[in-house]
Amino acid sequence: MTQATIYADAHGHQTSVAGAHGEGQQHPIKLYLVVWAWLFVLSACSYLVDYLGVHGYLRWALILLFMVLKAGLIVAVFMHMAWERLALAYAILLPPVFVLVFVAIMVLESDHTHLIRIMSFVPPT
Amino acid sequence: MAEIEWTNSGASTARPAGWRGITADWSSDQRAFKNVSWGKAMMWIFLLSDTFIFGCFLLSYMTARMSTTVPWPNPSEVFALTIAGHHIPLILIAIMTFVLISSSGTMAMAVNFGYRRDRAKTAALMLVTAAFGATFVGMQAFEWTKLISEGVRPWGNPWGAAQFGSSFFMITGFHGTHVTIGVIFLIIIARKVWRGDFDVERRGFFTSRKGNYEIVEITGLYWHFVDLVWVFIFAFFYLW
Repeated sequence: MTQATIYADAHGHQTSVAGAHGEGQQHPIKLYLVVWAWLFVLSACSYLVDYLGVHGYLRWALILLFMVLKAGLIVAVFMHMAWERLALAYAILLPPVFVLVFVAIMVLESDHTHLIRIMSFVPPT
Repeated sequence: MAEIEWTNSGASTARPAGWRGITADWSSDQRAFKNVSWGKAMMWIFLLSDTFIFGCFLLSYMTARMSTTVPWPNPSEVFALTIAGHHIPLILIAIMTFVLISSSGTMAMAVNFGYRRDRAKTAALMLVTAAFGATFVGMQAFEWTKLISEGVRPWGNPWGAAQFGSSFFMITGFHGTHVTIGVIFLIIIARKVWRGDFDVERRGFFTSRKGNYEIVEITGLYWHFVDLVWVFIFAFFYLW
């Protein structure tokens, strides 16, 4: 009980402001509809990449572009990250970036494995 | 006891801009996430850990695909369907993508109406979201059935590299499980919304604590994350 009282004291100011300000994340419905439409367009575009048979670097660049745009829209607007405090946004969004380091390590590793396999296991034709 | 705290997205707690503000929040006493309720912060941290799980799955798939000397099966052909005499590449996956994106849209609307305390619309939109999710899982079951009947197994397939099957079943299986759990989660919360639990501040069965409409947003975070993961699976597994 004592703990709860201290807690309430420490945050009394904040809760009162929250009450006056209204509840949670409120944004105009139009914004969601626009983002929704864009997600449809971007999905259609990424499907067209396959349907039209685009190949090579252009294909990979387009796939990554549409993927990043879609992911960005979902996280920023649908998950409300654009309106969150920076302390939360950075805590959640920065760590996944380091997965790219892991990707780099595994690219080197698989290139090496591939080379060894070609040299040792694939019979010369 | 147990005062309910709402997430407060207004500029209530003054802070310096940029990195100075982040340092101020993180080095302050008691809590780093100043205006975010624990429920929401914990959902975000769970989603971060889930990001690493799916990241590792996609990484192992990348490693398998890059290091094999056997040609990788062409997903465009593997997932093609013949509809009314037309051979359309990847069509089932495209439809699944649109179903999931539609469900994300209805979920965002549900969160919005939740904060407006529109009980009926919130519950209805959550149930629509759950229905889209169930449709997605159903189509995935159809896809699995089709591939298994064509001879795809975790240890081999008729078209090329054996790792195709293991990567496919692991990644889409894990994602489908997440969607299924999301559907159950949505139905449970939609029932609570419909019953008016958050208007009369009824106490939870397990927690004995009063809930509020923020749980709709927290459910939404999980649901949007499931959609987010699909965006990456669609790009890397099906399109690449």
